[in-house]
Amino acid sequence: MGKKQVLLVEDEPNIAEAIRFILSRDGWQVRHLPEGAAVLAALAEDRPHVLVLDLMLPGRSGLEILADLRARPEFAALPVLMLTARGQGRDRDAAERAGASAFLAKPFANADLLACLRSLAGAGA
Amino acid sequence: MVRSALTGTRIRERRTALGLRQAELARAVGVSAAYLNLIEHNRRRVGEALLERLAVALSVEPVALSEGAESTLFDSLREAAVGAAPGDPVPETDRIEEFVGRFPGWAAALAARQTRIAALERTLEAYSERMAQDPFLATTLHEVLSAITSLRSTAAILAETEEMEPEWRARFHRTIHEESLRLSATAEALVGYLDSLDGAETGLSSPQEEVEAWLAGQGWHLAALEGATAPGAEALMAGVAELASGPARQLAAAHVARVRAEARALPLAPLRRALAEDGPDPARLAVRFGLPLATLFRRLALMPPDPSLPPVGLVVCDGAGGFTFRKPMPGFALPRYGAACPLWPLYEALARPMQPIRAVVELAGRLPQRFLTYAICIPTQPGGFDGPQVLESMMLILPAPAVCGDVERPVGVTCRVCPRRDCLARREPTILTDGL
Repeated sequence: MGKKQVLLVEDEPNIAEAIRFILSRDGWQVRHLPEGAAVLAALAEDRPHVLVLDLMLPGRSGLEILADLRARPEFAALPVLMLTARGQGRDRDAAERAGASAFLAKPFANADLLACLRSLAGAGA
Repeated sequence: MVRSALTGTRIRERRTALGLRQAELARAVGVSAAYLNLIEHNRRRVGEALLERLAVALSVEPVALSEGAESTLFDSLREAAVGAAPGDPVPETDRIEEFVGRFPGWAAALAARQTRIAALERTLEAYSERMAQDPFLATTLHEVLSAITSLRSTAAILAETEEMEPEWRARFHRTIHEESLRLSATAEALVGYLDSLDGAETGLSSPQEEVEAWLAGQGWHLAALEGATAPGAEALMAGVAELASGPARQLAAAHVARVRAEARALPLAPLRRALAEDGPDPARLAVRFGLPLATLFRRLALMPPDPSLPPVGLVVCDGAGGFTFRKPMPGFALPRYGAACPLWPLYEALARPMQPIRAVVELAGRLPQRFLTYAICIPTQPGGFDGPQVLESMMLILPAPAVCGDVERPVGVTCRVCPRRDCLARREPTILTDGL
């Protein structure tokens, strides 16, 4: 059985690097995109087990991307972990409405990120 | 102070000044002496018809006996009554005069608290709006969160990973260094920005209020600007506590510059002579002096207090109807927050630039009061023909002449405290209960 794959969409290079390191050490195969334009193409190409999507992205926001992919039958069930910068509030509600599977508020504990992803990948497998 | 503002107390004061006995006045107006006694002690409200009979018997205008210029106190108390929490006993707004009469200190304290609460609510709203809308704050807070997220994850990796390749370790050390620098610079910018925000220490919630409080303290007249050697704005504003914020000082400096120029263009002595000869019609005075109408509006409103001249109020708004200047007129309250009565000639003028409007208005209240208003909206093109047209509408408020053939226009102060329930221009329901 191969490695679980995750697509990480995060514009902050240092955060992306830390996440990539943590997930790689946990046995994940990580592909990183610094902005949202190529997300659908990357999903179609790689068919990852989980998508980690930052809410605040330059250009298209995480919410727009999420709404877009939920409208496509092939990605309707894809587990999506949304990284929100504002914790519990308005953004979280909006992400829930748009179809996010789980949320993680920044700053987060690395262990929580891993637990969340394992749970999502297990549910989606 | 408060007690003398009450209708009953005023009736009593006027009666004793005329040397009338209570029984004599009661007989003259057709009520019992006991009932008049209750009225004079503010224990009974006076109906409009009785008030008019009392005014005739006491040889005064009815308005002289009504709450008049003290209506702000009553408005604040009514606002406080509306703000009572659901489930609390309902305040007895029908006995508001009795309350003020019997407990003037408590009434004034309650009204002051209500005013303070309203000011704080407005400040809070302004800050909430700023927090929600301000692009600098939104971007900076996002930066802070991003830096902290990166720091936390990276520090945890370094602390929790036992074996790590040296190049990864060096990379993460560099990240911590970079992110700590970013965090420190962002925090510094944030603190600098928050420091620059206007404090609410003065209790005044907008730069315009600060300027108006300063001018009100000067009797709305800057005497130093009338002479040939008028001081500069900075000298005039030095040490003025009301002008706490930078924006307020900017507005005040613009006001000072305009007043100085207009005082030079139209000194007080010829203006007083012209007023005595021609009356206060600003259009006639503008023609006489060959000056813009706006100059006459301001000069008339900002003259030094003079008992031989009628009081003059001035309200100025921009093209969006937002107030840019408010000098109140006794008995004609100007709303502190929000929009005024949409029926004011000020707004009619706004819809018809360059068309002068002279109108006698009847301001709603327990005893409606009449005022003479002059309004005009003046368009300017500060950016030239290709630039935007900027509108400024002005309304002078004077006491209405005792006898005039004008049809009075019914207006209010603002819908919230206006008793004209069936007004077709009403924007929101009134908070006044019946009979107030």
